[in-house]
Amino acid sequence: MSADEGVTRAEVCAVACAEAWRGDGEVMASPFGTIPAVGARLARLTFAPDLVLTDGEAALMANTPGVSARRDELVLEAWMPYRRVFDVVWSGRRHIMMMASQVDRYGNQNLSAIGDWARPKAQLIGVRGAPGNSVNHTTSYWVPAHSPRSFVEHVDMVCGVGYDRAAAAGPAATRFHEVRVVVSNLGVFDFDTPDHAMRLRSVHPGVTVDEVVAATGFALVLPDPVPVTRAPTVDELELVREVLDPRRLRDKEVAS
Amino acid sequence: MSDKRTSLDDMVGELRDGMTVGFGGWGSRRKPMAAVRAVLRSGVRDLTVVAYGGPDVGVLCAAGRVRKVVYGFVTLDSIALDPHFRAARQQGTIEAMEVDEGMFYLGLLAAAQRLPFLPTRAGLGSDVLRVNPGLKTVRSPYDDGEELVAMPALTLDAAFVHVNRADTHGNGQVLGPDPFFDELFLGAAVRRFLTAENVVEPGGLLHHGPIQTVTVSRLLTDAVAEAPGGAHFTSCPPDYDRDEGFQRRYAAAAADPDAWAAFDARYLQADEAGYRAAVDEDTATDGGAS
Repeated sequence: MSADEGVTRAEVCAVACAEAWRGDGEVMASPFGTIPAVGARLARLTFAPDLVLTDGEAALMANTPGVSARRDELVLEAWMPYRRVFDVVWSGRRHIMMMASQVDRYGNQNLSAIGDWARPKAQLIGVRGAPGNSVNHTTSYWVPAHSPRSFVEHVDMVCGVGYDRAAAAGPAATRFHEVRVVVSNLGVFDFDTPDHAMRLRSVHPGVTVDEVVAATGFALVLPDPVPVTRAPTVDELELVREVLDPRRLRDKEVAS
Repeated sequence: MSDKRTSLDDMVGELRDGMTVGFGGWGSRRKPMAAVRAVLRSGVRDLTVVAYGGPDVGVLCAAGRVRKVVYGFVTLDSIALDPHFRAARQQGTIEAMEVDEGMFYLGLLAAAQRLPFLPTRAGLGSDVLRVNPGLKTVRSPYDDGEELVAMPALTLDAAFVHVNRADTHGNGQVLGPDPFFDELFLGAAVRRFLTAENVVEPGGLLHHGPIQTVTVSRLLTDAVAEAPGGAHFTSCPPDYDRDEGFQRRYAAAAADPDAWAAFDARYLQADEAGYRAAVDEDTATDGGAS
């Protein structure tokens, strides 16, 4: 098997998500969504062995089972009830990858409501921990359906705080603020620009820059040339396919 | 020591229209649903509901008992969004105070510690401050001079919490993995109500689990009621899992007013025994499948 033989978009996305945690050391990785969950596990099994992973309830896992593992397959290493999660959040020893119903040019994120918050067109889950996460520790986002409705000029409700809003709020907001990357089904995006405007870091194999631009509701910063997101290695593919997601739940989030 | 046992209806009988009431648990997990059902029977209305929101919020919204919800999220976990809460928000029938879930924690903690506020970074730069114009910031009096959010105390007129076991003095035991923020809901409240799957004699809790599982001390409770299935249809491990089949019926009842009326008539008009009988009948019909 060569590394790029039959590789699906979902598998490219899983590796791109895993890359978000590269170099983080001993922090709690909190992935939301199937593909980020595969990615965080993949990172721990390969280049980020010190990552701390939760079981989705109130414990940390010593082993790295697949995303559809049964409870009795988990080996637990420590207690982490929700109240203690806030100790971790506020200590900064965490890198979360949240979903974003909307994300904008400066990395503001919305998962609260679409339309006017006072009487929304669509009430979503609520701000959750996004405001606190984004000003306390590294935050990344996962958008499985990249479109002009999800990549917008201005989000309807700022939940996760982007670079412009953090700067406007002052040093207490910027001190620990970092939006690392946004991973979508089309590419990887970062804010490594002079004014922290979103940049297209790479397009996934088979995606054109024009497709990304057309699917984005604001002007992206475009390097020239735009790199291609790296393909999974043979070892990574085997881990994803055999160990981490043998039931192919990833394909339900991003179709091939 | 006093025996704090009472009935659900007597607990809820202390509520008045317009009160601010907190409910423990998290999402669709270990919610004091028997207490919520008792609130529905009581007729009390115009409540400000404070919760890490799950179907407690949705049921009370659907039944028209809510003036305002204070929350960081509302979810049914296995169903991402509660359709009853969504409808109330989208139709504009309720007021909302939406804050970061860590701010929410600090609001309860401030109330429990009788402080006016606690400082936090959470909320800075976000629209939480825009949509809650009453929230203020505070400047650190120390050399750092940081400008932080001053999360005000979320003081409650009453709080309801459901645990696995309690004793007659009002100590409460959580045998599942997460005690959530139940101690803080009780600590933040003027009247503090504990319900439990079983109520045992004082000293009996240690037959069920180690001392660390007794997370609610009687210092935090005014009354205790035995409520078997008191978290149903939310999860209450290790006693029972979430009743996913029932939760789907609950969500589907948001489809239209007739669907809600049928759900209400079947499950919520009766007392707690009637509710359990209807649920048992469903389980028999479903063959226990959920």
